[in-house]
Amino acid sequence: MERIPILKMGDFLLVTIQVDMHDRLVMNLQDDLTEKINKFQSKGVLIDISALEIVDSFIGRMIANIAAMSRVLDAKTVVTGMQPAVAITLVELGLSLEGVQTALNVDRGIALLKKVVEAEEMFVEKDTEEL
Amino acid sequence: MITIDKIDIRPIKSQADIVYIRQAVRDWAIQLKFSIVDQTKIITAASELARNTFEYGKGGEMKLESLSDGLKKGLRLTFEDKGPGIENMDLALTDGYTTGGGLGMGLTGARRLVNQFEIKSTVGEGTTVTITKWKL
Repeated sequence: MERIPILKMGDFLLVTIQVDMHDRLVMNLQDDLTEKINKFQSKGVLIDISALEIVDSFIGRMIANIAAMSRVLDAKTVVTGMQPAVAITLVELGLSLEGVQTALNVDRGIALLKKVVEAEEMFVEKDTEEL
Repeated sequence: MITIDKIDIRPIKSQADIVYIRQAVRDWAIQLKFSIVDQTKIITAASELARNTFEYGKGGEMKLESLSDGLKKGLRLTFEDKGPGIENMDLALTDGYTTGGGLGMGLTGARRLVNQFEIKSTVGEGTTVTITKWKL
């Protein structure tokens, strides 16, 4: 079965979407990601969509679902590299991707994930010290 | 007066056809020298409507037409299915309403992305959606 590759990099999972995805492929990605977050105990997921020429309501919903599912599995999601024309179209379509963190490129996306995860770890450490 | 410069018909019978529809619309929009934003808008609208034709209309076809109105150029897309039709058009054209498992943004969203939008549906006979994007 056709699949989008998911790369493991330390505590994070990286996905770069390079092809025009049909709906089944989008659903597979959603399933694969949740499985890998669980398997590797990942702290963050980065989805790079810089090669995507459109994001319609189906792909938009998938992105929002992935963000929600990873949140429940204690991982953060950041979407990077959205084309300006895609952003304009997405908002006019009526999707605002609420609850989804974005960054302009992969570098900034990784930096954002690291910052969020570090802040959380410090918070947890402080909590345990008090106990 | 609007003249039709070029015409083509593509099937919508599978999920893969939705991808082909996006590619065809992209090719035609590029030929008409649409801006990147307008290309993205018409491809996105086509993707939404092609999915509706496949999911709700049980498959159908899309007609592509390249239009001229004086010096103005445009792209007209007609999505036709022989599916169950839409019972309540007002509801179907309401943001967030869906009878399937989607977000209910497809039809209303597609309407916002184009210049002209027309929908005809008869219960038991099928649905036809026509959208036009002009190069302004």
